Amino acid sequence: MPKVIKTEVEFEGRFYEEYIVLEGEDLSPWGPDRDREFRFVGKPQPRVDGPERVTGAAKFTHDIQLPGMLYGRILRCPHPHARIQRIDTSKAEKLPGVRLVLSAENAPEIPWRMGLTQLFDRTLRYAGEEVALVVADEEEICYDALDLIEVEYEPLPFVVDPVKALEPNAPKVHESGNLLNGAPEVYERGDLEKGFEEADVVVEGVFRTQSALHNCMETHGSVAHWEGDTLVIWDSTQHIFGVRAQVAQALGLPLNRVRVIKQYMGGGFGSKNAAGKYTVMAALAARRTGRPVQVLLDRFEENLATGNRPSTVQTLKLGAKEDGRLTAIYHKSILNVGAYAAWPASASGPTKRLYSCPNLKTEDYSVYTNLGPFSAFRAPGYVEGTFALESMMDELARKLNLDPLELRLKNYAEIDPITNKPYTTKGLKQAYERGAQLIGWEKREEVKKTRSTKTKRVGFGMASQIWGGSGGPPAYALVKINPDGTATVITGTQDIGTGTRTALAQIAAEALGFPLERVRVELGDTQWGVYSPLSAGSMTLASVGPAVRAAAEDARAQLLDVGAQVLEIPRDRISLEQGEFVDARSGERTPVQTIFEKLLNYTIVGKGARGPNPEDKNINTFGAQFARVEVDLETGRVRVERIVAVHESGRVVNPLTIRSQLYGGVIQGLGYALTERRLEDPRRGLVVNPSLETYKVPTVEDVPDIVAEMVDMPDPEANPLGVKGVGEPPIIPTAAAIANAVADALGFRVYELPLTVDRVLMALQRGEPSRGEDNK
Amino acid sequence: MQTQVALLHLRVNGEAHPVAAPTHKTLLEVLREDLGLTGTKHGCEVGECGTCTVLVDGEPILSCLTLAADVEGREITTVEGLAQNGELHPLQVAFAERGAAQCGYCTPGMLLSAKALLDRNPRPTEDEIKEALSGNLCRCTGYLKIIEAVKLAGERLAQGGPR
Repeated sequence: MPKVIKTEVEFEGRFYEEYIVLEGEDLSPWGPDRDREFRFVGKPQPRVDGPERVTGAAKFTHDIQLPGMLYGRILRCPHPHARIQRIDTSKAEKLPGVRLVLSAENAPEIPWRMGLTQLFDRTLRYAGEEVALVVADEEEICYDALDLIEVEYEPLPFVVDPVKALEPNAPKVHESGNLLNGAPEVYERGDLEKGFEEADVVVEGVFRTQSALHNCMETHGSVAHWEGDTLVIWDSTQHIFGVRAQVAQALGLPLNRVRVIKQYMGGGFGSKNAAGKYTVMAALAARRTGRPVQVLLDRFEENLATGNRPSTVQTLKLGAKEDGRLTAIYHKSILNVGAYAAWPASASGPTKRLYSCPNLKTEDYSVYTNLGPFSAFRAPGYVEGTFALESMMDELARKLNLDPLELRLKNYAEIDPITNKPYTTKGLKQAYERGAQLIGWEKREEVKKTRSTKTKRVGFGMASQIWGGSGGPPAYALVKINPDGTATVITGTQDIGTGTRTALAQIAAEALGFPLERVRVELGDTQWGVYSPLSAGSMTLASVGPAVRAAAEDARAQLLDVGAQVLEIPRDRISLEQGEFVDARSGERTPVQTIFEKLLNYTIVGKGARGPNPEDKNINTFGAQFARVEVDLETGRVRVERIVAVHESGRVVNPLTIRSQLYGGVIQGLGYALTERRLEDPRRGLVVNPSLETYKVPTVEDVPDIVAEMVDMPDPEANPLGVKGVGEPPIIPTAAAIANAVADALGFRVYELPLTVDRVLMALQRGEPSRGEDNK
Repeated sequence: MQTQVALLHLRVNGEAHPVAAPTHKTLLEVLREDLGLTGTKHGCEVGECGTCTVLVDGEPILSCLTLAADVEGREITTVEGLAQNGELHPLQVAFAERGAAQCGYCTPGMLLSAKALLDRNPRPTEDEIKEALSGNLCRCTGYLKIIEAVKLAGERLAQGGPR
């Protein structure tokens, strides 16, 4: 009988209590000792769907072309804050080829953003917010029709600076005020005042970080189509089941009449965690027109309306003893969440959890402004917070004349400072040690001396990473064994480019005792997949992987039960290897499909569910990155020469794909450190660089030498696979490590990201250390 | 809006494709919408990301900035035309083998920029690879695997690989 328990789950650095239903039996962990026996797990495995990805055969949402498909394009508000006085779509509707125009005039009232707004609202809170949808035979006709829609806007007062938005007379983004939930999120432990009194030294700084944009190569979009009374949606999403629930609710449909499909996706990075307005608009338009409707965003819309990493202003104060032991930390963050927020933003996660410090207070102010809504962006809050915390730690090390690495080891947390629970595993020390070795940490002063010239300075820096990534229930899988001796793994997860299909195939083949090429993984379709969580929060492998292993073990046990009887071999003498039954006594091998010849149409379905996480332990991922940079004193240009990234995320299932994830995370972190930023004009309330060229995503020319390694350390207490997530960890410490290396090269610090040439030059001109208060 | 439709004689991947299409349509749109060759991706449609790169007479061009009518009669190569007789091009093999295709969205454009490079220079240096690919953006891989795959494919081609 299923058993219901209450457990705590972590997602994107936040904790939630959930009821979960336990099914099946606990699996014994794949312990470290099993490694020797593995055929597939832990071996570099090229993507099982590699050929699709290199031949153009992989179908992305953008590639779905259905007979009779119409195109939908969105009219967006040009003002940062406005009320629609009048909207007239009649001219647009009369344009030949236009099939439908949806707006506040004729669309149903569908609550959006937890009721703060609607699908088509008459009050618009940022430039880029949706006003109307035009559906036409061709894309070009849509654009012509958009120009024909007449809208009279009443411009309203607006605010885009979060600090100004907190002032008493600031324009209100929402009636309820500009501070999310009316108060900051506060966390305290110990006695902060006493902690600072006990300190021998105190360092303080104000850090500013920019708003960053995901810029997935495939923009957001959906194709909706009614097949009879079933709505089928192809959506570029990280969460097919979430989109199904949202769309079903918006349109008042039962869940079993909404099917969401996502086979391939061109990046998400947290911005595709839920259905977009475009998804619901496509569904509504398909219902009204009786035709398939495609709504895709262009690059400019993508950069205005699909989420961002909030900009921050962070005040950080550290107190420490002369030997480096932290006595107190105070961290206040003001985060610009734009016009809407799915949850409060926070930059204090690493501050609370990375170091052992008894007296601590953090305050996170999520502030509404008239800019595009924030969303999760690869390790939300942790990238911003780690930059501030690890920069400040280096300032403390400088003041105490300590090696930055030594300072971190002095404050190494042996137990989680919030829960006081021990970690299942913690490989941070190993990451520090290996990283230091690979960058040449001990010899850095010599290198700096020999490399630096009158106009060029070399510097070294490092930073640490902590993150969740435990995954957890609910997640389910089925494993079917087909009559020809092949197997099909079925889950409702998504492969967002990370290599999920491949890792799940490795796990299933391992547990089944089948050759890898006989295992196929089906995912990304709510119609036949069983529930799996969103592919976000570094949780996919650690959530879905154990369910797949459980389902494969179940299928294998059934296969052995039946095989033993058909072959007339005692059950305890028969095993499975590479798709063959093996008789332990005679050594005789029989291909599994031979038993199906005798059992016509017999089908095996193995079932697996993800069990709970341990209650008495903390599950975290750790890592350290080291940077070597060269700063040109004449031009202010920072050139990152080398990044060493060493991370611990439990067992490595696929060393090939995990390295890709590390490289990719580091490059996004490097872009955040040096070039990427959304620029807003505070006088007009507009984003002035909503394009790839002006936003400055790193190109191949910006890539430094990257050395990426894992501390391969199975974590058998975390889950029966011993795995933890790795999607987000590698972006977390990169900017901090680079900023520390730049400070090391210059001899003083630039407190604001990105570290552009103008900021470096200005800091050089000022020529004296600053604590960040006068930056901007 | 007045739409002029013209009969265009395109040559794509070695085959003649007569197609009736509005004259304002870009090569990207005609390839994807009229010929069903969706391997060529759109990422920005303003010439900034390189995902729509195809070859015209062996030279990489951005199909989002090229009118289909302008390349009539010229040899257009898309990702669908890289494999020959069911055999993947060494670049495709190397990209799959080394994990250079992560989400895979920028991959077709990368492959074609790389093919243009290797066709004239099978043993490019790392700097030459970077220069050739600098117009193709990738948000997942961190580029290193792509550089590695191009180098590997070049070596295999130079050693008398399939082509």
